[in-house]
Amino acid sequence: MKHPKCSALVVALMLLTNVFAQAAAVIGNDNEEKFLDSIMSIQEVEVVANKRPEIIRPQTLAGADLQRLNSRSVADALRYFSGVQLKDYGGIGGIKTVNIRSMGTNHVGVFYNGIQLGNAQNGQVDLGRYSLDNIEAISLYNGQRSNIFQSAKDFSSSSAIYINTKRPHFADGKNYRVSVQMRTGSFGLANPSVVWDQRLTDKISMSANAEYTYANGRYKFRYTRKQLDGNIAYDTTATRQNGDVEALRTELGFYGYLANGRWNLNGYFYTSERGIPGAIVNNVFRRGERQWDKSAFGQGAFEKKFSDLYSLKVSGKFAWDYSRYLRDDPKELYLNNHYYQKEAYVSISNLFNITDWWSASAAADLQWNTMDADLTDFSYPTRWTQLAAIATAFNYKRVSLQASLLGTFIQESTRSRKLYTASPNKRELSPAAFFNYRPTGSDRFEIYGFFKKIFRMPTFNDLYYTEIGNANLEPEYTYQYDIGFSFNRPLGHKVFDFVALKADAYYNTVKNKIIAYPTGKQFRWTMINLGRVRIAGLEVSGDVAAHIGKVNMKLHTQYTFQRARDYTNPNDTFYGDQIPYIPRHSVSVSYNANWHGWDLNYSFIYTGERYNEQENNRYNYEPPWYTHDMSLSKDFKIGMVQLCIAGELNNVFNQAYEVIHNYPMPGRNFRLTAKVTI
Amino acid sequence: MKQFITYFSAIAMLAASASCERDEVLIDIEQTQVTEPVMTDVYGFYLLNEGNMGSNKASLDYFDATTGAYNLNIYAARNPTVVKELGDVGNDIMIYGNKMYAVINCSHKVEVLTPDSAQRIAQIDIPNCRYALGHKGNLYVSSYVGMAQIDPTAPRGAVFKVDTVSLAVVGSVEVGYQPEEMAIIGDRLYVANSGGYRVPDYDNTISVIDLNTFTVTDVMTIEQSANFHRIDSDSNGRLWLSSRGDYYGNKSNLYVIDPASKQVIKEMGVPVSDMWADGDTLYTISTEWSYVTGQNAVSYTKIDMATMEVLDHNIIKDGTEKSITLPYCIAVDPVTKDFYVCDAKSYVVSGTIYCFNRNGILQWKQTTGQIPAHIAFYGKNENIINHYYNE
Repeated sequence: MKHPKCSALVVALMLLTNVFAQAAAVIGNDNEEKFLDSIMSIQEVEVVANKRPEIIRPQTLAGADLQRLNSRSVADALRYFSGVQLKDYGGIGGIKTVNIRSMGTNHVGVFYNGIQLGNAQNGQVDLGRYSLDNIEAISLYNGQRSNIFQSAKDFSSSSAIYINTKRPHFADGKNYRVSVQMRTGSFGLANPSVVWDQRLTDKISMSANAEYTYANGRYKFRYTRKQLDGNIAYDTTATRQNGDVEALRTELGFYGYLANGRWNLNGYFYTSERGIPGAIVNNVFRRGERQWDKSAFGQGAFEKKFSDLYSLKVSGKFAWDYSRYLRDDPKELYLNNHYYQKEAYVSISNLFNITDWWSASAAADLQWNTMDADLTDFSYPTRWTQLAAIATAFNYKRVSLQASLLGTFIQESTRSRKLYTASPNKRELSPAAFFNYRPTGSDRFEIYGFFKKIFRMPTFNDLYYTEIGNANLEPEYTYQYDIGFSFNRPLGHKVFDFVALKADAYYNTVKNKIIAYPTGKQFRWTMINLGRVRIAGLEVSGDVAAHIGKVNMKLHTQYTFQRARDYTNPNDTFYGDQIPYIPRHSVSVSYNANWHGWDLNYSFIYTGERYNEQENNRYNYEPPWYTHDMSLSKDFKIGMVQLCIAGELNNVFNQAYEVIHNYPMPGRNFRLTAKVTI
Repeated sequence: MKQFITYFSAIAMLAASASCERDEVLIDIEQTQVTEPVMTDVYGFYLLNEGNMGSNKASLDYFDATTGAYNLNIYAARNPTVVKELGDVGNDIMIYGNKMYAVINCSHKVEVLTPDSAQRIAQIDIPNCRYALGHKGNLYVSSYVGMAQIDPTAPRGAVFKVDTVSLAVVGSVEVGYQPEEMAIIGDRLYVANSGGYRVPDYDNTISVIDLNTFTVTDVMTIEQSANFHRIDSDSNGRLWLSSRGDYYGNKSNLYVIDPASKQVIKEMGVPVSDMWADGDTLYTISTEWSYVTGQNAVSYTKIDMATMEVLDHNIIKDGTEKSITLPYCIAVDPVTKDFYVCDAKSYVVSGTIYCFNRNGILQWKQTTGQIPAHIAFYGKNENIINHYYNE
């Protein structure tokens, strides 16, 4: 089942990149700061920040680099990060979630402008819904954001993705900025969007944006199998059906600055209707499930440095979510369910800069979640969560240390007619510790590491889903150990400007893993805490910047190795096997060149062989997949008007592949974008 | 600079060569010698593995008693041109006349195969099909949904009639909610309705179809229970009906019913997940989850259908039952009286089939496909080997 050709390719790419880096390392430029700023790390403009608040740099994609990627959504962009496995059900409307370092989707905290996006129902955030249009930066933190001045929630997940939208930014002397964009392409896409930034006063500005997406979602896919003797068994091409989507997203934000502080207020509204294309199985190439979603939230944050000693941050949010699932297919049983969720959240964080090298913080959060659904015998759960975090940080010459302790207290109640009772109260203490050592005293070379123990709560579905849920579930724990280094150096060579290398080795365990367990009934499952996974991984990434004349180039390569094995029960046939959908090897390469406003981008993504179920046998084998994507864009300036035209070609070689078993991905597809900014 | 261009073009070329199409090959048959050859009128049996919904992993195994070899996953190799193989959720298999029928629930089809080599003769499209039964040259297939629905939001099930010569659907008749197994006594077809997807309003009826007119002539309401699944008949013309029970304390149970008086003659007090009538001896297995113990309670029984008495509560005699996690299917060889128990384990892994002799001693065991669930014996004489044969 091995594919030597493809493994060889990966090795060759790795070697070449290596040679590339070594060749570059021999030789020195001032391009570095720019480069660092864009690809390595964009630090948030921290008005009240201590120096270097985050002692371990995240993986970040920001600004122009983010816009250039052949990515439609946040999910697509995350494919370029190390240690990330994207679950992609295919197409424009398909669900896209991420699993970081094999601990499971439910362990990933997703923060939108600093406040976590919640989904108490199933614990998953569909990252395919967040377009990149108004995004400034996406950052991925393993463990947690290593900044002690943050809400207690920021300490509460195994790994975190921060999505920050653009704060209004005005050119000199201007009080507004309007950009209008139109996209079209394969899948019948029509995707106009508009962003309007306005300066209201000296200190206050506003940003409003709206985006509409329509796509019929149709694309060709192909299944080919050969017989043992090499003859074609079957070769069939069909069109993906019922993958249409129509969505409208609107956002309004106010941003203000005050003496030693700042604040923001944001409102968000999203509404969509989509077809659920479903699994392609024998004799079923079209399904009749549809879904409607509405999501609205308002959130705000305020932070201020009151003295050299004390800073305060306050934030809050209220969110309302509605989802309707309809199965209206003459071959299936009819189903029409409505789900409603509400969430309220407030947080206060305090930072004490005791000396210029020692600081401490305390944060307290309160959250309320409730869910309603028209399921038979639904139990209408309500959850109260109190979080309290204390943390301290030392930044002393070559050494930075951070330690935090999070206390979580959860109470749940239900309103149910029959058997269901609420899950018992929970109290958990979760420690984490981070270090960063700079042997040369400069941040060009850093050695860092962390330890963290944390848990995820069972979701409302895990606990209360009619006939499946189990209210007696315990939380699922993760233990993470990580050590790594990063090296970067400006070269000032006539060709090579900059080189960077980063490597991490880690070991994680997941205990009390919540899994579905058969009950022998027709509704076959219940949820139980049974499962133990041990994950050993290695992540390496390299960056090179170079120029030839006026052509500036960048190459980013990352490789991830993961051995994530199931150690639940020695009697299981899959004991010691790799857990589902985790490849041992994955690689991404992206190359960018720009010249006089022309911008060329090429990327290659490889995901190695995987298994779609627990047993690593031939029936569950998923072959490796890889895609090549390209884009070309040109910026013009006509008077005060900035114009950008871009063309993208994805899956250049039209390869048939699946990320999830029986969910075929699109073949070659294209997209055109025109953007006008005044 | 030259160096750079060289490296870059090398990468580009390598990347381009990565567009190599990999060949995905059909998964072939895996053969294992499990026992000594035995020559009787039963040549062997087919085992249909359900596979998880959406996984398209329904698969067919064949045990060849004449060679003692177990053949795993034979469908794709025997039918290489069928796109996406056998399909999604195999729900029933039977041999009737000179054809074999495999009911593939979520692929909405009945596969018609040659009984000797499992090669496709035809595919009959029937939506959401569940179980099949043959009678006087016709095949009757129960389905969760009918042709045209009066209320599409609460569809009643149907029984489809297929002509076994033309292999065409020649009629359908509406029955109760989510019908499951069927039994025939005389010219009457009894359909066990479950209403399993109407929690908590389970169906508690048996639809009675007159096979001469192919119309529902009667509906028997069984007040004592609901959510029916298995149904069979005995030599005294009685019906044996199992209920899956419900979530709220009504446990799975087995009832003996007199079709003439429509009364329950006896409540057996035996939980049933699967049952197999061998002559007038009924073998049952059951798995029931308890939230109190956090475990599945497993039971096996043997019942004399003539006297309606439980003969044995422990049909496996050598302790093998301890290693069976989730028994899902039972079948009895009509000649040797060897009986087979399939373990579906966690549903998401390969199952195991256990062969016991008539005394309940393990003979052999073998890994199967995912969720081993339905067995059809294949042999010389249809009257001997056809479990579903009636009259």
